[in-house]
Amino acid sequence: MKPLTPQRLQELKEIAARVRARVLLAVHHAGAGHVGGPLSCADMLVALYFHILNIDPDRPNWEDRDRFILSKGHSTIALYTVLAERGYFPLEELFTFDAIDSRMQGHPDMTKTPGIDMSSGSLGQGLSPGLGMALGARLLGKSFRTYVILGDGESQEGQVWEAAFVAARYRLDNLTAILDYNGLQQYGWRNAPGEHMLTPIENPAQKWQAFGWHVIETDGHDMAAFIAAVEEAKSTHGKPTIIIAHTVKGRGVSFMEDQYEWHARVPTQEELSVALAELGQSDLLAVSQGGN
Amino acid sequence: MTTTKAQRVVFGETLVELIDQNPRVLVLDGDLANSTRADIVANARPERFFEMGIAEQNMAGVAAGLATLGFIPFISTFAAFSAKRDLDQIRVVIAQPGLHVIITGAYSGILTGKTGKTHQSVEDITIFRAMPNMTVIAPADDVEVRKAMYALVYDLDGPAYLRLTRDPYKTIFDDSYRFQIGKGVVLADGEDVALIGTGEQTVRCLEAADLLAAEGIHAYVLHLPTIKPLDEQAIIYAAQRTGRVVTAEDHTILGGLGGAVAETLGEHYPTPMKRVGWRDVYGESADNNALLEKYGLTPRHIAEAAKALMR
Repeated sequence: MKPLTPQRLQELKEIAARVRARVLLAVHHAGAGHVGGPLSCADMLVALYFHILNIDPDRPNWEDRDRFILSKGHSTIALYTVLAERGYFPLEELFTFDAIDSRMQGHPDMTKTPGIDMSSGSLGQGLSPGLGMALGARLLGKSFRTYVILGDGESQEGQVWEAAFVAARYRLDNLTAILDYNGLQQYGWRNAPGEHMLTPIENPAQKWQAFGWHVIETDGHDMAAFIAAVEEAKSTHGKPTIIIAHTVKGRGVSFMEDQYEWHARVPTQEELSVALAELGQSDLLAVSQGGN
Repeated sequence: MTTTKAQRVVFGETLVELIDQNPRVLVLDGDLANSTRADIVANARPERFFEMGIAEQNMAGVAAGLATLGFIPFISTFAAFSAKRDLDQIRVVIAQPGLHVIITGAYSGILTGKTGKTHQSVEDITIFRAMPNMTVIAPADDVEVRKAMYALVYDLDGPAYLRLTRDPYKTIFDDSYRFQIGKGVVLADGEDVALIGTGEQTVRCLEAADLLAAEGIHAYVLHLPTIKPLDEQAIIYAAQRTGRVVTAEDHTILGGLGGAVAETLGEHYPTPMKRVGWRDVYGESADNNALLEKYGLTPRHIAEAAKALMR
């Protein structure tokens, strides 16, 4: 990992603002897709792909690359956008999101998109393949690391805890999970009215600690803090690490932040303009009409 | 007759052979190694044996992750669990990505050692043959188990389901037998009726053919160890040769071998048929002979189905 200079940090923030804008543009263009979750994990994806991961966009299948799995596959448009910004494929391709024959599928498909290390979309499944990759790296004597972003909603799936148990038993310190802890899922959120609603996982730190993981809590929108958390994970030996990243769903656009209706709503043209202005990316609106 | 080994014992022994030849082969166990006999690997090659506990969903995902690195994982648990506890995981991270993971279903069918309905697996063939990319294999005997395992490691680069049985029955193949994924095997020629079997029920088809021969009926016996991809030509030829087809499987007749044969003949060569297998009911715990008799899976039942077609 390169040193995180103030200038570098500023660059990362600028990239993240651009990624947010491109996510909204792509979803608007497709007329479908999730926006709240992608904006929630955008900063961490940028930090991973532009600063943390040992990767080579020209060789997406390079065998020594770090591995990344987006277990909360519904946020895939954020990952596609980051991959495109990083140079895995042309930015114009983002406008094929959800279209027939596109490599930009509604949920990640490792057989179609360069840079996608594992298919996902059915929730709760990503940590287990990550465990397999980390175990395999150890067997092969390779030093690459595996990162998995989990949603807090999908942490209701039992499989997440199966994987938590087994990864700790195998002491996989080359595996890092990242919990996108935004407190809001499709039909349940913090302080929702009515006792019939299930909100996302509570007290995740205690739970993961009890399963034998090293736990770090951080602000998932503070890139410097997040990068420091990953550094700590890399220097933790004998157990896997989870970074519990406190995040805000819809982060970056005032009227989307922490609003459950923006889990998967398509912005109107006017909402898009306002959002891009807030992100300081109004210039992208003009080029979007013609493709990029 | 030579001593027949249980399919599960050959499974464990063959895994050790494969591991010695190919460092990419490894085994994931769902806390059943001393039943499935994956424990033979745990004892002989512990560095290639990974205990995943009673957590099949995670086990499927771990196998997928390992397969992306070029490993060839065998997932080892009972068929009842392989086919259902982790079905969505198999579909999402193994089958659709086309990863080379071999899912083994030990203790398939109803002969599961007095364990009953929860441990009997009579829907697994139907489930896995409905899944794109999946190869489905059900060997008849111990020799074929070994040959099939070699083929699944060396002749395939994608997901497969290998259906195995618990108890030794009879050996019908010798070491000269050549197993090919997707190919049926003609075991007896006859012009009156075709008996088409898969798994151990092929052995009972041969016994049924003997019963029929005693009554002057000449049965053609076709073994289909691969249910997917299906050897449609072999099925159509059997129908053309005899004009009557009986299928036999230790599995539900809905969508399994019987279903697959009926689909093929319905489209290509409509032929009178009887399907011998589980008739849409749940099982119970009992000894093997009692189960086979009560649920209609003995050679006599197969022969009776053949005679019913000849009336």
